[in-house]
Amino acid sequence: MAGSSTGNGPLQLHVPEPSVRPGDQPDFSSVKIPQAGTVERPPVDVDPRDIRDLAFSIIRVLNRKGEAVGPWAGSLTDEELRDGLRDMMTLRAFDARMQTAQRQGKTSFYMQHMGEEAVSCAFRKAMEPGDMNFPTYRQAGLLIAGGYPMVDMMNQIYSNEADPLKGRQLPIMYSSKEHGFFSISGNLGTQFIQAVGWAMASAIKRDTRIAAGWIGDGSTAESDFHAALVFASTYQAPVVLNIVNNQWAISTFQGIARGGSGTFAARGLGFGLPSLRVDGNDYLAVHAVAKWAVERARRNLGPTLVEYVTYRVGAHSTSDDPSAYRAKTESDAWPLGDPVIRLKNHLIVKGLWSDERHKQAEAEVMDSVIAAQKEAESHGTLHSGGKPSTRDMFEGVYETMPPHLRRQRQEAGV
Amino acid sequence: MPRMTMIEAIRSAMDVSMERDDDVVVFGEDVGYFGGVFRCTAGLQQKYGKTRCFDTPISELGIVGAAIGMAAYGLRPCIEIQFADYVYPAFDQIASEAARIRYRSNGQFTCPIVIRMPTGGGIFGGQTHSQSPEALFTHVSGLKVVVPSNPVDAKGLLIAAIEDPDPVIFLEPKRLYNGPFDGHHDKPVTPWSKHALGEVPEGHFTVPLGKAEVRRAGAELTVLAYGTMTYVSEAAAADTGIDAEIIDLKTLLPLDLETIVASVSKTGRCVIVHEATLTSGFGAELAALVQKHCFYHLEAPITRVTGWDTPYPHAQEWDYFPGPARVGRAMIETMEG
Ligand SMILES: Cc1ncc(C[n+]2csc(CCOP(=O)(O)OP(=O)(O)O)c2C)c(N)n1
Ligand SMILES: [Mg+2]
Repeated sequence: MAGSSTGNGPLQLHVPEPSVRPGDQPDFSSVKIPQAGTVERPPVDVDPRDIRDLAFSIIRVLNRKGEAVGPWAGSLTDEELRDGLRDMMTLRAFDARMQTAQRQGKTSFYMQHMGEEAVSCAFRKAMEPGDMNFPTYRQAGLLIAGGYPMVDMMNQIYSNEADPLKGRQLPIMYSSKEHGFFSISGNLGTQFIQAVGWAMASAIKRDTRIAAGWIGDGSTAESDFHAALVFASTYQAPVVLNIVNNQWAISTFQGIARGGSGTFAARGLGFGLPSLRVDGNDYLAVHAVAKWAVERARRNLGPTLVEYVTYRVGAHSTSDDPSAYRAKTESDAWPLGDPVIRLKNHLIVKGLWSDERHKQAEAEVMDSVIAAQKEAESHGTLHSGGKPSTRDMFEGVYETMPPHLRRQRQEAGV
Repeated sequence: MPRMTMIEAIRSAMDVSMERDDDVVVFGEDVGYFGGVFRCTAGLQQKYGKTRCFDTPISELGIVGAAIGMAAYGLRPCIEIQFADYVYPAFDQIASEAARIRYRSNGQFTCPIVIRMPTGGGIFGGQTHSQSPEALFTHVSGLKVVVPSNPVDAKGLLIAAIEDPDPVIFLEPKRLYNGPFDGHHDKPVTPWSKHALGEVPEGHFTVPLGKAEVRRAGAELTVLAYGTMTYVSEAAAADTGIDAEIIDLKTLLPLDLETIVASVSKTGRCVIVHEATLTSGFGAELAALVQKHCFYHLEAPITRVTGWDTPYPHAQEWDYFPGPARVGRAMIETMEG
């Protein structure tokens, strides 16, 4: 901890370090995990000052046996649970195929969600049509669970002739206004305050729609995060502010961004925001907390800060190799398990599912992903087949193309 | 002499500087334990300890602001912004603070920091891994702006920048990290290990800031370029057979006007090439200076070949990137003009 040298000796700079590095034995004993079902569920109109302890605990619903327990259980029907499992399995299969497609040179870049599927998939189910997400690059579950066509996602990834964004954006930087998914920026953090602004606009216009902002643990260090919290707090904006703490920011462990504050959720306390921590690998817990926060926003009770405690199982992106900076078996040691397996086990415990049905569902899901991929590839991949035109490159900088760009387009011969 | 890639040369510059001067500290996102996403700082934390080379929170404003504070104390931070595209959150700290501290405190406080960042395109990085924001910095009084084009210059210029008493923006064309990319993207790139400019002295040396270099002597036309565009221009000269004199500016601010004027006065023709967008790009400054100082020698209008005035696209990378074909065409037009 900070201040290891006391008294009148020379000062010493404190630089936090993870306790485990490559070659070491993974150890998550410092992650304090309460038993499922033990954290209270306050009424949505609770005074934030009365639930400060929720910023230091972890709301969990699924216990080790796969049962849903405690006051946060029961937010989903059997049908919705089965859909949730399918959404997460679809996202996982989608990731697997696109990761491979990148390796095969069909696109330049990809980022996967392995281990974090529950966060975006379950959150999406707590929102209403018309609500708006301001996501990062690791929330494709919002699109999958929202029914956005996979083939359009793939067209974007391939930058092909059917790419809804005309080849202008890096793969996975989707945008769909219709599906409540704000255009992803490569510049970390920018979307967090924009979500607050969107929510403020909805309140200004006496609308009923709410917004959700998304940010990674590492990116909470950006000033945009702090701007979002102060604006949300000052104007009591109808927004859910989501921090996805997957323990890593590329090679940097979460302690560098968190510093001396016990948790990321605790950042909200100084702003007077209700701040909750939730088991991000527990589909039921994510959904229940999302629903609670969304309801607060919708009922004009103001913003909520939520930290999802999860783990980035895969590499940061296809440009990254985590074996250089973290223990190889760390993901196996992660104490909150795998979100897909946990929901699967829950469905089995409830008598709604079986191993055979799971296998069958895996095959169906993979078939649908492969079918979408075939269709997308018929429109081209990054380096072969149909591509967006060079003309497209000049369009859309402004609503009306100014003369200087028109001249440049002519010079380019298109 | 040892062979180095540009990455190794940059690392070596920091290593040599940290070895010689305890006040040199290195930090940035993923810079410490891992050694940077491009590996430019690999091994420095292991060698110098985590209080001299360390990971920072993801806050560019924080990185630059902290460096300014350290410089005010007396250190010489050499900091990394992971991509130039991510420097904007730090712009206030750079433009309003780092650049003006000497002036506004009348020298009581100074800001000897180096802000390194990879720039430029050619890697299918889309709009947030491809930008060339040099002109945003050359427009700020109080900054120096350096763009090396090869390993030996990268090392010598970086050491000079670290030793410089004023803030230096050090832009590293990432497409050159492993070899002299000339824009012929369908052909393999010669690695630096097989290139003369990949020969880099092991120890301390400097390449002076503010000095350009003629990369290819020629009589017919002058090309003003820097970074990746030096090689693209060389390729264009080879492709067109035009006897171009290609100048690698190396430092944009302060600019080596003498070398430029001597060359254009001789050739009477000038093509300016940069990856950054056209409007208000650094080429505009160069064109203004050339017409002012070489007006009576000019036999053709000065031409600029640049990135188009759009955000950097993904799929259309090679339509956007000013490659040898476009540069060659501009050279031919300038010869005819
Ligand atoms: C302004 C800015 N700075 C730096 C980067 C480079 N970068 C991309 S992702 C990343 C790590 C983000 O980590 P985190 O916020 O934890 O999200 P995660 O990737 O874990 O989902 C960094 C440093 C960037 N994209 N934008
Ligand atoms: Mg993270």
